[in-house]
Amino acid sequence: MSRIVETRQLTPVTKMFVLDNRLIAESAQAGQFVMLRVHKDGERIPVTIADYDREAGTITIVVQAVGATTRRVDALDVGDEILDVAGPLGSPIEIPDGGAHVVGVGGGFGAAALLCLMREIHAKGNTATAIVGARNQDLLIMTNELLGVADNVEICTDDGSAGMKGFVTQRLAQLIEGQGPGRPDRVIAIGPMAMMRAIAATTKESGIKTMVSMDPLMVDGTGMCGGCRVIVDGKSQFACIDGPVFDAQLVDFDLAMRRNKAYAEQEKAAAERLACATAEAV
Amino acid sequence: MPVKRFDKTPMPTQVAGMRAHNFLEVNEGYTEDHARFEAERCLRCQDPICVTGCPVGVPIPQFIHAVALGDMQGASRLLRSANPLASVCGRVCAQENQCEARCSLAGRFNPVAIGHLERFVADWERTQTQEAKPQITRTEKVAIIGSGPAGLVCAGELARLGYSVTIYEALHAPGGVLRYGIPEFRLPKDILDWEISLLTDLGVKIECNVIIGRTLSLDQLTTKMGYSAVFIGTGAGLPQFLGIPGENLVGVYSANEYLTRVNLMRGYSADADTPVAHGESVAIVGAGNTAMDAVRTAMRMGASKAMVIYRRSETEMSAREEEYHHAKEEGVEFHWLTNPLEIIDDGNGRVSGLRCQRMVLGEPDKSGRARPVAIPDSEFVIPVDNVVLAIGTTPNPMLTRTTAGLSTTPSGCIVADERTGSTSRSLVFAGGDAVSGAATVILAAGAGKRAASAIHETLNPG
Repeated sequence: MSRIVETRQLTPVTKMFVLDNRLIAESAQAGQFVMLRVHKDGERIPVTIADYDREAGTITIVVQAVGATTRRVDALDVGDEILDVAGPLGSPIEIPDGGAHVVGVGGGFGAAALLCLMREIHAKGNTATAIVGARNQDLLIMTNELLGVADNVEICTDDGSAGMKGFVTQRLAQLIEGQGPGRPDRVIAIGPMAMMRAIAATTKESGIKTMVSMDPLMVDGTGMCGGCRVIVDGKSQFACIDGPVFDAQLVDFDLAMRRNKAYAEQEKAAAERLACATAEAV
Repeated sequence: MPVKRFDKTPMPTQVAGMRAHNFLEVNEGYTEDHARFEAERCLRCQDPICVTGCPVGVPIPQFIHAVALGDMQGASRLLRSANPLASVCGRVCAQENQCEARCSLAGRFNPVAIGHLERFVADWERTQTQEAKPQITRTEKVAIIGSGPAGLVCAGELARLGYSVTIYEALHAPGGVLRYGIPEFRLPKDILDWEISLLTDLGVKIECNVIIGRTLSLDQLTTKMGYSAVFIGTGAGLPQFLGIPGENLVGVYSANEYLTRVNLMRGYSADADTPVAHGESVAIVGAGNTAMDAVRTAMRMGASKAMVIYRRSETEMSAREEEYHHAKEEGVEFHWLTNPLEIIDDGNGRVSGLRCQRMVLGEPDKSGRARPVAIPDSEFVIPVDNVVLAIGTTPNPMLTRTTAGLSTTPSGCIVADERTGSTSRSLVFAGGDAVSGAATVILAAGAGKRAASAIHETLNPG
């Protein structure tokens, strides 16, 4: 059980939770995730660790209410307990030992996961640049927090309501050309699959090492089910133990996107069932 | 019921036509009359070789004699003294290859139904009020990694010796393969919960959601956390794939994934959130016990056609006879000498069929079993909605990858002494599938038991 000690609504569908879990807080590193389960008949879902505080013994996660389970999480508040939180799982992101310009690209609620990543990049003596993007200003998340941990924060919105008008890929392309904080030595992208694929295409010609954080469907998150398999360089890899971070140029995104829709119908039905049940309860 | 003394008293079962559509236990268990009648068949050999076939050394003739006398209390005490997981082993052990294979009656007649009697006694015990339990009397703490059969047995033995024992389990519920792998219709989870409650009554602590190697390191256990010894029973939970085209289509599962969705996540219940496919036509590749569990599960999840696809023949399959027999009764189709070549895409990234070729048996290979050889131009397609791969598992690498100084074999098994379970690291022991590769519940239990004795001898010599 992990008690929720703080929450914040980031956008209408995105909520941040700070969980009291000393064991995970003490061992978590950027790139890792936890498995959550919220009730006794609940499913296990992987959620990226956005941040951790070893002193306070807390971890921060951000959940977007899209399916039945994430909606149940969304309904929780300070003082509530999350039934099961297991982690940190997955291999930490490999960060250069200093002197490198590392750019983290966060799309949608993936921006939250840049928090501990930027801090770790900076702490190792690198220049940490965050590029975050959203459709408009209201959907941007964690920009103030990122300003506190990154050396540079580059903001993009589709409508130009904040930062540069355009996509994160366009800003990244400008950096590769030497604009702004300059050409990255390494790029790490966390966000929707389509964005990560676009980032891979953006850096492809440059030869800049680019990593993406895959979020396939998982059951256990501990190497047991193989449901999270991702094809990397033609070989089957388990995102939970071999990843979740892989070389962007080697990932089969088409397959990954198709596999993530495996239960689309069942997920939609479950979300509708939950909505009906909630409506009845009210 | 039996009339001839040389026949095994049959296990009462749910009718096949009914049970193929529910998750209730197939075997219903002996009545006391059945048990005493069957127990009378034991010859009480002077030199009982059945015991030598038991990895945990159950005093078989003695407990069976107690059953014959109607002394169930005595029988359960004898059984429990040797096997801390009796109600589980009485259900899932392959007795026909172990104790029963060595029964003196086995040559000319049918062996005594040792397994059924074990189950009867353990189930009887479950109806009784538990006796007062020993307490933690020693200062040393022992950590157990993994709550599968090896870990549970090791924990139980050490707790009985008075050690303070904590089991760390990565998943949200304890039991390991007994929880996620073996289906409800073969091992009801109430039975497993009861066995685990016996351990917690002894003072064993179980910490779920803790992944040793990630949440805590093995070094933290032995240093900061003050454990005097550690037992690793992390099993062989990493599924293998065939490497054939189409393996990543939607609708292809490892048996681990399929069974975990149904067992651990209770996919058979309408209340459970975890989705699982309900294919009309399901092919399981492989013919071991896991394949039988998967195919019988598919049947119960509503498949009108549940098939086993195996490249060798009936003779070479590794599944228990009882499981095979039950599966056949339930209507499972067996496609022998059939080798899967490709899983076919329906055009939308989902499974629509399995392309196979016919095989013929050739000379024995290095496993000693006849090598299947392809028959030219024998390819054909079986239309299917789901494919479940039950072709084996290897040890989970999470702990070994993150722990320095723990020797492993090229196949990822932890190197440990056969007799004691001691590993390349001092005061770290290991046993079960993590050491042997995928094997049986009782072999894991035996390894857990031997490691517990070795830990006791190491911590308190003499």
